[in-house]
This record gives sequence, structure tokens and C-alpha cells, in this order.
Amino acid sequence: MNTQETIEMMRSVAHAMVQSEPMLTKFDQAIGDGDHGLGIERGFSNVEAMLDESFSAADVGQVLQKIGTKLLSTMGGASGAIFGTLFRAGAKSIAGAPQLTTEALAQFLTAGLTAVCQRGGASEGDKTMIDALAPAARKAAELAELEFEQAIAQVVEAAEQGVEQTKEMVATTGKAKTLGERSLGHPDPGAISMSLILKFMAEHVDAKVAV
Amino acid sequence: MSKPKKLLNDPGEVAREQFEGFMLAAPHLEALPGMTAAIRKDFRPDKVAVVTGGGAGHEPMYGGYVGEGLADAVSVGDVFAAPSPDVIVETCSALSPQNGVLFVYGNYAGDNMNYDIAAELLEDEGIPSHTIRINDDVISAPPSLLEERRGIAGALYVLKAAGAAAETYSEFDEVVAAAEKALKHTASAGVAIAPCAIPRNDSFNFEIAADEIEIGMGLHGEPGVGKSKISSSDQVVDQIMEALAEDLSLKAGDEVCMLVNNLGASTQMELLIANRAANLYLQQLGVSVYDNLVGNYCTSLEMSGFSISLFKLDEQLKALYDQPCQSFALRR
Repeated sequence: MNTQETIEMMRSVAHAMVQSEPMLTKFDQAIGDGDHGLGIERGFSNVEAMLDESFSAADVGQVLQKIGTKLLSTMGGASGAIFGTLFRAGAKSIAGAPQLTTEALAQFLTAGLTAVCQRGGASEGDKTMIDALAPAARKAAELAELEFEQAIAQVVEAAEQGVEQTKEMVATTGKAKTLGERSLGHPDPGAISMSLILKFMAEHVDAKVAV
Repeated sequence: MSKPKKLLNDPGEVAREQFEGFMLAAPHLEALPGMTAAIRKDFRPDKVAVVTGGGAGHEPMYGGYVGEGLADAVSVGDVFAAPSPDVIVETCSALSPQNGVLFVYGNYAGDNMNYDIAAELLEDEGIPSHTIRINDDVISAPPSLLEERRGIAGALYVLKAAGAAAETYSEFDEVVAAAEKALKHTASAGVAIAPCAIPRNDSFNFEIAADEIEIGMGLHGEPGVGKSKISSSDQVVDQIMEALAEDLSLKAGDEVCMLVNNLGASTQMELLIANRAANLYLQQLGVSVYDNLVGNYCTSLEMSGFSISLFKLDEQLKALYDQPCQSFALRR
């Protein structure tokens, strides 16, 4: 997937993330303070506006880096810092990449994962977006030989399984932390957002194939 | 369950609109163009810059504590969401601080991360900073897990001491030490009897049954010790005061400042009745109250309930508390 196609894909990802606000709000009200969906909407509506017809970038890394900077500066809250860090650190690891390959995606997710863990001090199993990101990164690395268009669906599946598993976890970080056992049974909203970003990438790819 | 009801304009614009209203009532501050952030007009760049901030929805926290003898600048995020790093950096840069920045804000994951990123960016610009995360809520975690405790209304005392120290002491480390001591001498705990709702959401953030309360509930609805049947004000206040007295190891002869803070929708009557019991508790313990505040100092939208904060004084902290201050929410 070249730079222009990546821009188009991320534009439709941003649009779909904005549309997901009510669902994310509902899940965040269950175990957080109800602002996660609004933060996602705020950040990604700014990303969508940025990725208009006049947007240009030298390479795939720069597209994702600019998205990260936009998220970091407009989202606020914990999710702004986390998703901004994911995109910025991930993009840095594939700086100059002319194509978004499965290998580049794996690098992006793996470097992003390392940076997010450092920033927030959480690790896998703590009921955060990391529980969707980490299995997605592993799956992408495993499928590195496949074309992006062929691999993305399985990466989404890994992330969604990660989301499912957060239901069985007790939150140890963020505003859900103090819920303790009461967070059991609820999926983590940040993990849902992480899996949605990947899912909307896959949906964009599918839609293009269908055309 | 009834629906939240507020008289607003565009619910998506509340953070900006409340800030604009606040700025009109705070002529001693200057807003940063296009941002919900402000600095003191009379800031002296040679003093340590005390910078605070956090999500909206807790008015008059934090902007209400910016002014002479208090914080020097504030950045405000959206409702219950930390401000972004670039807003924090712009806020600090607008002060052109020559003696470092002391960040003082509530201990929440979002604030911590955004302020940490801002601190790293400031360091790149050659502006050193130190961070104090207010964690005065004694119910939110045991003393062994201080770094997990949340920051609530006791922030007022930490900001008061930090601001007074920054006016008094020239050494950065001296200001930091005074503010950290003030934090160690501050303890708070709250009780909620009805929930709050983020303006854009048409449902409440959490539920409390008509016959229930939750002691220790956080500013965003974070759970406390669990829900219990509603009892009497005196009983609830005693339970809160016990937790505070234990945390501060209060004993006869000690002197404290006390704040009975409205979480939003409690009546002045309920606050005063709580204040009565809180004072009586201290009296029986032989602890004297040096100063007593009652009212809206750190709210949580329309949450009903209150928090009590104690600030245990010693000679230094008393002198800092006695220094004059001028802000929207606190004047001495």
C-alpha cells in the first residue's frame, strides 16, 4: 500500500472512529469516567479534517507521524497521550517507508507498543489498550511475509481476541483501576478503540477490493 | 433513572465557554489565544513558576487558584480530560520562566502522561521542571500505595503552600520541599450521594440508588469503599474524620486547616451540618482548627456529596498559609 493509499485508508479509519463515539462512551461509562469516546471523537475528527484533499506526506511513516502529532495535540486525556504516543513512536520506527507492508505494520505496532508501555507504565494483562495492541503486533510480525491486504484481517482478529480477554481482567491502571473486581466482565474501552483502528483499516481494504 | 439536566448552550463547547466566563471574572489573568489556558499578568519571571491544570468539570479548580500567592498558570482540558502537552508547553512558555517550573496537579493517569510529555518537551527548550502529583484522597489507596492515591480538594492547600513558597523562597529546591511537605500534611476523603454526567452524555456516569451513599467516591465516580445504606450525616462525617485523623496521625495539641467542600449539588445546609460534626470530632480529639473553609472549591459537575480535607500545620506551613493570596476562588 503506497503513501497516497495509506492516506485514503487512514481518512476512512478516522471517519469511522468518529462514528464509534456513542458505543465507546457506553463502554467507558461502565468502567471509566465516560470521556473516552468523546476524546476519540475529538482526536479523530481533527485527524479526518487534517487528511483532506490538500494533505500530502513524503512517505507512509510521515502520514502516521502527522496523525500521531494531531492526536497528541487535540485529544487530551489519557487516550490522547497513549494513542498519540502509539502513532508517533510507531511512525518513527518506519520513517521513510514508501509502502505500508505487513512488515512495516508489525514494526509500527511493535515500536508503538514499547513506547506506550513506557509512557503509561502498564503492561499486558493490566486491562488497557495494550491487551489489543500486543497480540496484534505479534500477529503482524508472524504474517510479515504476506501482503498487507491479506494479513490485516488476521491482525484484527488477534486484536479482537485481546479485547475479549480484557473482560476477564481486573483493571490496575487508569480511572478503572479503583473499580478493582468491579471492572470484571467489562471490556476495556481503550482496547476496543485499538482493535477498531485495525478493523477499520481492514474494512477499507475490503471495500476497495469489492469495488 | 432520571436523565441529567443542565442549562447549557452547545454541550460540546462547555469547557471553552466556562473558561471564557471564568476569565471575565478573573481580570488578574491573561488568556492564551485560542486555548483554555491562562497566566498571571503580574508573574515575575525570576520566581519559581507554579503551574497547575487538569480537566474541566471541577470548577473552580484549577483556574480559581491562579493568582498572587497561588499558582502562576493553568491549562484546562475538556471535561474530565487532561489538557494536551502542547497546551501545557505553551502555557509554561508564556511565562518565560527563568527559575524553573513546578508542576502541581492531581494524580490521574491522563494528567500524569500529558504533563510528563510536556515536561520532556520543556526540557528540550532548556526549561527545567519538577512535578508534584497531588494524592490527598486517603480512601483511594492504602498508605503503602501512595502513588496510586487520587488528587481531590486538598489540592487547594498544596497550591496555597506552593504558591506562597514560590513568592517567599528564591531557591527552586526550597519551593519544591515546602510544596512536598504541604502535600504530606494534607489528607482528604469524600462521600457521594448522587452521580454526575458529562454534559455531552445523556446518561449519568454511574448510579447510586436512592437509599445509598458511597464513602470515598472519587471526583469522576471512581469507587470508594463500596456503597452502603444512607445513614446520618454525623455518622458519615465521623467515618471520614477517622480516616483523615489516622492518616495524618492527629493528636491532641495539633492544629489544622479544614475544608468542607461541595462536590457540586449538595446544599449549603448539608455542608454546614457536616462542618459541625467535623469540628466536633476535632474538638474531642483536642485538635484546634486554625481556618475553616466551607463551600465550592473542587466540584464534580452535579455530583451530590462533599469531601473533607485537613491540612496539618507546623510553623512553616502556617506561615505559608498566612501569606496573602488573590485569586478567583481564594482570597486571604
